[in-house]
This record gives sequence, structure tokens and C-alpha cells, in this order.
Amino acid sequence: MENLELMKIANKVRQGIIISTHAAKSGHPGGSMSAADIFTYLYFEEMNVNPENPKDPDRDRFSLSKGHTAPGLYSALALKGFFPFEDLITLRHLGSYLQGHPDMKSTPGVDMTTGSLGQGISAAVGMALAGKMDKKDYRVYTLLGDGELEEGQVWEASMYAGFKKLDNLCVIVDNNGLQIDGRIEDVCSPFPIDKKFEAFNFHVINADAHDFDSLRAAFKEARETKGMPTAIICKSVKGKGVSFMENQAGWHGVAPNDEQKEAALEELKKAGEVLCQM
Amino acid sequence: MSDVKKIATRQAYGEALAELGEEFPNLVVMDADLAASTKTAMFGKKFPERFFDAGIAEANMVSMAAGLATTGKTVFASSFAMFATGRAYEQIRNSVGYPKLNVKIAATHGGISVGEDGATHQCIEDVALMRNIPGMVVCVPSDYVEAKAAVRAAIEHEGPVFLRFGRSNVPVINDREDYKFELGKGIVLKEGTDVTIIGTGICVDSVIQAEKMLAEDGINAQIVNIHTIKPIDEELIETCALKTKKIVTVEEHSVIGGLGSAVCDVVCRRCPVPVMKIGVQDVFGTSGSCDVLMHYYRLDAQGVYEQVKEFLGK
Repeated sequence: MENLELMKIANKVRQGIIISTHAAKSGHPGGSMSAADIFTYLYFEEMNVNPENPKDPDRDRFSLSKGHTAPGLYSALALKGFFPFEDLITLRHLGSYLQGHPDMKSTPGVDMTTGSLGQGISAAVGMALAGKMDKKDYRVYTLLGDGELEEGQVWEASMYAGFKKLDNLCVIVDNNGLQIDGRIEDVCSPFPIDKKFEAFNFHVINADAHDFDSLRAAFKEARETKGMPTAIICKSVKGKGVSFMENQAGWHGVAPNDEQKEAALEELKKAGEVLCQM
Repeated sequence: MSDVKKIATRQAYGEALAELGEEFPNLVVMDADLAASTKTAMFGKKFPERFFDAGIAEANMVSMAAGLATTGKTVFASSFAMFATGRAYEQIRNSVGYPKLNVKIAATHGGISVGEDGATHQCIEDVALMRNIPGMVVCVPSDYVEAKAAVRAAIEHEGPVFLRFGRSNVPVINDREDYKFELGKGIVLKEGTDVTIIGTGICVDSVIQAEKMLAEDGINAQIVNIHTIKPIDEELIETCALKTKKIVTVEEHSVIGGLGSAVCDVVCRRCPVPVMKIGVQDVFGTSGSCDVLMHYYRLDAQGVYEQVKEFLGK
């Protein structure tokens, strides 16, 4: 798929994030927006998944270790055809199949139940182990927040993945630099992130989370890397795509109100129109 | 009694896994650097391609087990009860319990019968922790025979199961023709009318021995083995309560949240009668040999006998 097409989809993913978190009156738009291009690339270019057969045993798997950014995942899954985009407004409502954090039992296309930080990467390692054991060709992807790297379990999982040389595993870090209590380097700095993963026997690639050429090159290199897992450290902007949300830790776990939703959608739609004229 | 065969339930666990590996090709076993002690090494030796030692990282082990289970594997994850259910509690709750994945938390070294290692390694909260997780089956086998049967039943049950095994050698008490294991079904070992004594795990043997001492004093006790604490056999407990009007529970676990609490939950709702909970009385464990500790915490036959007498006011 051309970069322009991916950019158009990512723009819609971001609109879905605004629409759904506004309707829920809660949720995590900031980290969903920073990961919107990653979700888009994974589901529309990288991963072998089929909305008609979401449980295909040979499919690629995705475990959203930063589970609070479910609105971004749901938006991408809806656009891919796993369920209707209109249902995004049921996010976090009683009876909805779109739970506050990903629930593999209720949402088509969700491969793992996540939300408690650090556990999603371990589950991904388990899936990758299974793939090796069963001699399957599928790949396993997992997306972590940079604040999430403070969880010890991330490094237990990484140690095991590196040790087991799981080259069917791709760990992606959404490095937007912000966590709830502020800048990651002010709270409990995980830097240097790349050197840490290298030390855990990963092949490490640094990429720009908002540049599809950069993502394309990174995921291609990850696929071609044999004998070790890959970590792609994606430098990103929290709240990316809506000017007043960008780089604000305050937008980690707060939903836009009516006015903010309209302003955000207007900005995104304008950006989308520009893309359509290109 | 010196001729009674004594085997640890963890030994049964290891043997059962190794025996069942052939029959169940989707069986995968994980451990956290305690394979020699939990006996999962027996499976690992026979089926190395289906055995994963996660190293000393219980949280990661449990979540990896969940990931493996998403692909259709039946995964046993083992460590000592303290680390399996204590350290990795939240992983069991969120990665296994909530998505109802087919992972069996098979913990050895449960209870104070661990012995000399002392309080840090004597988990007396595991049943309480696991019982709180919706959909989790909780099973505490009483001996070698029951432990083996429980492993098969856990494999055949689709969904999360917690199995508790012990470190120490304990008498084989279920080695008889008519023994039948069914998850969720208690076993009446002797009918009686004065009091019902319900045991679980290795305390079932204490109950059997205590009953004989009570009988000599003219007390006719009904004795029951509850191996499955969740889902518990409510009908049987109600029947016992209506029949004997008094219940005693015996477990090498805290009296908060274990078998005693589970029995009280049923009795309070269905058939209120007095219940005495024999167990570890809201204190930590301590170092000592298994037998010495069972006596110290009044969980041996003598301790059960005395406490039942106190309860009956005799």
C-alpha cells in the first residue's frame, strides 16, 4: 500500500480515537494517537490477518502490551473490517464488546487480553514460542509504551525472548516520552532504551513512528533478521495529529469534551482533505 | 502404621505429567527454575520440546503460559505455591483468569508442611488467592492417588485450574478399588451423626486418624474429603450440615479464605450450623520438620481430635 493511502487510514484511525473516547467520556487518547501510525502500518501493511477469519491459526498475532491504548487498536480493527466503525461509540459502555482495555474474548481481532502493563509482551513471547514449537511461519508483534518499560516483567520477557532467539517476535516501543506523572526521564528514565534491548540480545532498530518510509524499512529489516528477536524503538509524539493534544502528558488518560472533540475532528478532517488532494 | 506407603503429592504430579504427555500432544509444561523440586523435570526429560524453564521469573512464566494457551496448548505452569500464586497473582488473574485461558497453575510446596524452609516458603494463602478468581477451579489432592487423578481431570477440564501439591511424603489413603475422582465432588469417607469433619489435602489423613480416636470416646463423626474447594460440593455440605448439625474443617492453610471459609459460605447461605475452622490461625509459618509443624499447628490427628472435642464440649 502507498504511503499516501496509509496516511489517509491513519487519519481515520485518529478520528476514531477522538470519537470513541469522547463518547466514552474517558479513555487514553494521547498514547493511542502516538501509536496510530503504528497500528495502521501493522494492520494494513505488515500483518497477515483476515477479518473474515479472525482466529485463523496461521495468522500473525498482535498483543497490545500498552493495553490502555485500546481506542487506537479498536479504530484500526474497525477500519480493517473486523467490526463496524460506528460501534466505536460504544467504547467503555456497559454491554459493549469494546472494553476499556483489550479483551480477546469479546472483541473480534483482539489476540490477547491486556491492560496490566508488562503482561502483553510476555504473552507475545509465549505465542512466539508456540509458533516455533509448531513450526509455523506466523510472526508475533507486541506494542509497548516507553513508560511501560519501567515494569520489571518487560525485562523478564525480553531476557527470555533474547535467550530463545525468537526471530518471529517483533517488539515495538512507542517512545512518546510521556507517562501519567510527567516526562519519562523525570519519573524513572528507561533510557537508553536501544542499548537495553541490545543487551537482552535483540536486534534493535530506531524508527520514526510518524513516517511510513521509516516504519516500512524498520519492519522489513525486522522480518529479515534471523536468530534474534527485533525491537523497533519508535520515536513518537503523544497526541500526534491534533495540535492542542500534542506532547501533553495531561492527554494521557483524559477524553476530549464536546468542544475539544469538534475542534480535534475539524483539524483531522482538514488534514484528511489535504491528503485526498495529493 | 509403619507399613503405610508414603509418597509426596508432588511426586504424583510429576509422574502424571510424564505419563499423560503421550496421550495429550498439546500438553506443554513450564517451570521457574524449580523443576527438580516440583517434579516437572520428569516431563521435561521425556518431552524436552514441550517443556520450558522460564528461569526465576514467575510473572513472565504465567503470562507466557497464557500466550501459549491462546494457540491451543494446554499449559501447566509450576513453581512453589508461594511464588506461583503470590508473586504471579496478578498475572494469573489478568492474563489467565480473565480471558479464561487453558492454563493450569500447578503449585507444589503448599502449606506449612514445606517444613524447614520456614515462613517465606510456606504458602498458607494460595487457596484464598485462587478461589477469588472468577472461573478458577481450585483443587487440593489428599494423596498420591488423588493427585494423579486430579492432573488428568485438570487436563480434561477446559479453562484455568489451580492445583496444590505438597512437598512432604504423606500416606497413600485412596488406594482402593471403588475410589473415583470427579472435580467438584466431595467424598464421604465415613458416615456419622455427631459431627462432620471435612478435610482437604494432606489433612484428610489427620481427619481419618482423628476419627478413630473420637470413636473410642464414643463420638460418631462423619468424615469427608473435599479435594475441590472451587466449585465446592454444596449439596454434600448441606446434607452433612442437616445431618450432623455441626461441621469442622481441617486444612494446612490460613483459616481466612481457604476450605473453612468456602464451607462457611455454603453453610451460611443454605443451612446455618456452627462451624469450627481448624487451620493456620492468622499467623505465619515457622521452621521445623513437617511432622513437628503439623503437631505445632494442631493439624495432626492429635490436634484435630482435641479441637473437635473442645468444639463438641466433651
